[in-house]
Amino acid sequence: MTETTAAAAASQPIVLTRKDFISDQEVRWCPGCGDYSILAQTQRVMPDFGYPRENIVFISGIGCSGRLPYYMNTFGFHSIHGRAPTLATGLKLARPDLMVWVITGDGDALSIGGNHVLHAMRRNVDIKLVMFNNRIYGLTKGQASPTSELGKHTKSSPDGTVDQPIVPLSVALAAEATFVARTVDTYTEHIQETLDAAGRHKGSVFVEVLQNCNIFNDGAWREFTEREVRDDRMLKLRHGEPMIFGAAADKGIRIVGLRPEVVTLGNGVSEADLTVHDESDDALA
Amino acid sequence: MTTETDQHISPPVLELERVTIRFAGDSGDGMQVTGSQFTRTAAVFGNDIATLPDFPAEIRAPAGSLAGVSGFQISFSSSEIHTPGDSPDVLVAMNPAALRANLGDVPAGGAIVVNEDAFSPQNVAKAGYAANPLTDGSLSDYNVFEIPVGTLNARALEGLEMTAKQVDLTKNFFALGVMFWLFERSMQPTMDWIESKFSSRPIILEANLRALKAGYAFGETTEIFHNSFRVKPARLAPGTYRNVNGNEAAALGFVAAAKLARRDLVYGSYPITPASEILHQLSTYKHYGVRTFQAEDEIAAIGAAIGAAFGGALGLTASSGPGIALKSEAMGLAVMVELPLVVVDVQRGGPSTGLPTKTEQSDLLQVMFGRNGDAPMPVVAPATPAECFEMAIEASRLALKYMTPVTYLSDAYLANGSEPWRVPELEDLPDISVPNHTDPATFRSYARDPVTLARPWAVPGTPGLEHRIGGLEKADVIGTVSYDADNHQRMTDLRARKVAGIADDIPELRVAGPERGDLLILGWGSTYGSLRTATERLQRQGHAVAHAHLRHLNPFPRNTGEVLSAYRRVLIPEINNGQLRLLIRARYLVDAIGLDRVRGKPFAVPEVESAARLLLDREDA
Repeated sequence: MTETTAAAAASQPIVLTRKDFISDQEVRWCPGCGDYSILAQTQRVMPDFGYPRENIVFISGIGCSGRLPYYMNTFGFHSIHGRAPTLATGLKLARPDLMVWVITGDGDALSIGGNHVLHAMRRNVDIKLVMFNNRIYGLTKGQASPTSELGKHTKSSPDGTVDQPIVPLSVALAAEATFVARTVDTYTEHIQETLDAAGRHKGSVFVEVLQNCNIFNDGAWREFTEREVRDDRMLKLRHGEPMIFGAAADKGIRIVGLRPEVVTLGNGVSEADLTVHDESDDALA
Repeated sequence: MTTETDQHISPPVLELERVTIRFAGDSGDGMQVTGSQFTRTAAVFGNDIATLPDFPAEIRAPAGSLAGVSGFQISFSSSEIHTPGDSPDVLVAMNPAALRANLGDVPAGGAIVVNEDAFSPQNVAKAGYAANPLTDGSLSDYNVFEIPVGTLNARALEGLEMTAKQVDLTKNFFALGVMFWLFERSMQPTMDWIESKFSSRPIILEANLRALKAGYAFGETTEIFHNSFRVKPARLAPGTYRNVNGNEAAALGFVAAAKLARRDLVYGSYPITPASEILHQLSTYKHYGVRTFQAEDEIAAIGAAIGAAFGGALGLTASSGPGIALKSEAMGLAVMVELPLVVVDVQRGGPSTGLPTKTEQSDLLQVMFGRNGDAPMPVVAPATPAECFEMAIEASRLALKYMTPVTYLSDAYLANGSEPWRVPELEDLPDISVPNHTDPATFRSYARDPVTLARPWAVPGTPGLEHRIGGLEKADVIGTVSYDADNHQRMTDLRARKVAGIADDIPELRVAGPERGDLLILGWGSTYGSLRTATERLQRQGHAVAHAHLRHLNPFPRNTGEVLSAYRRVLIPEINNGQLRLLIRARYLVDAIGLDRVRGKPFAVPEVESAARLLLDREDA
């Protein structure tokens, strides 16, 4: 069966649209949740991969992110807390012909399921893990998560958290993931680009999506995503292009010795001085 | 040329029906290898055999200490046997600690072969003896044969470029050689094994061969033994036999099951004693469509098996009690999503880390009830090492036919114990294949087969069957998430009925002995041999006693209640604190009496016999 479906897929290009990936289930996230945008972009990029719907599987754990498979008109498995990468690994082992996505959150992936993420990444199993990071436990109504900022006041930390937050991408890189990226829920175009590249990568994928929880952690990434600051606080990395950012595209990053520094273009600093992004160089990651 | 050997007149040969030998020494002395080699040789010769390896949890406890004593018992016979014997006829003790740890099991008049070189004052003290037992008269009830194994062996190896330590490591083969002579066994199977095992190390190869032959020649030429012994081959049903332990048989059984189901086998596992050997075995069967995955932990192991089952493979995971505890949540998930999966629990002494290398039957209630919610799972339990094969097929059959996770309860005694196994003919094995659902028009993810109540298996890759499953309660038939009260009641009842209905699809409970009588001895799992032997002895004494052994523990065979009510008393011996008894009493309101022992060992036949007699006497009074 495996070979015939693959052959059929190769001979007949499948033309699907975003609508083909919308399931009949009513979406039940809180109004204004960042998950809506991520879901919409996910449905939008799915047709690009040329896989028939029945050969795509979404596997999730527990948390708000865990509901995403219900809304995708593909095969789906809403498993148990933290364990989605294990089911995905077993499924891929049995069925290498399938495209397997893991949808997870900061608590699911980095707390209860931390060990599974490490090992799924280092094994370089061809599964695409997308982690929604809202820095809070939303489904359980507002406890600190492993990515909550130091000192954060939550229901479970009324005097502020005392532990350092995890930097998810550092974990993914340390675990030897072969595709590591970060995007933001409100940057629809960038989510699409990122998911598209993730879908085409053969190997372990770790995508972090900075996501707002407007009920329990509104403004989770305010310092990067607010309209007034975002252009000056975010740099879109593009392979082969110099690292330029800023509302006026007048800032950049260059590496002096072993340290990166932010510079303003002009006054003797030109584009040629900036570091060029190389997606295959993990020293730049 | 005439040598002393040729002139020697062989001592007479005594014919015996059955002999039990226990090899005991330091855990570094190679006792498991020695025992296994004797087992192979006896099996090749055609004896019925049963073995009991008994080793410490420490890989190398301090040399000469009681904690480091490792043993291997083999019973071989010219007739059918059920147990590896309660008390050894011959104890081979490589040091004082091995003697002290095992002497209590040797009956008066039994033979003890000791390595007298090891009885230095230091070793004697380390074993906790106040005086050397070889010289203080404390062994006068036994036939003691003192052989300077170390010295003689070192002499046989003279001229080989080896360190004293390397030489010492071969002395187990000297002891084995002595035993081969004593019981008229050919050295050839072991010589072949040595030659293949050490082919890249010619000196070690030569040393082990010399040690083995020197031991054999020692037996033949010295007058230390008055007889040698003969145990004729057993009359087993014709067929091809091989020696298997329970873990090997289970591994072969699951490979066969996957073939019979025409599915790939995906095995997720994390190393744990005494289940790891299943992983070792299965990882060599890649060419049979077996995929093994050494996961990062127990949870990942079962998660992968569930994921594989979702993809259409036969999912399998194995562990021991502590690992099963970790898998519990995922077992509940498998119950909820109703996917076929087999969870093997090779039980060991608990709770917690407990006695990792010793046997116990104390996970029965854990696998019956150890999940949140009402989460019924079928439970099967093989009774002998060879039966581990067929019960693997049975567990897989139930999992596939009823779309349910199934627990398979083995234990350390079955896992490590071995017996001859008649290799079955493929056409004698059942077809256990089930179809995938493929028709989108009739597809409802939680519709049920009217007879089995199984839901359809709709695997990814099937056009038009895109659907979502998960741990949340599902609406009956349509399979979407449902929090409806009536629906949850209905689904809980359906899950229970599905598992209970398996009772109509499994063999009825059979008894060995009279169909009614004074006493039924009811057991399950690895106690089979002791219970059957004790029952036979009681029957020979004229008692109306029968033995029944459960292979299916959930659901119970449908005639179980009837069988129980046909006897005036019911005795349930278990290697736990009365777990089956609790289930039987609750389910059938029978005043069953327990014989509960948790000593890390199988029952000795007389233990069962005397507990039974106590009940029978009470009846008479």
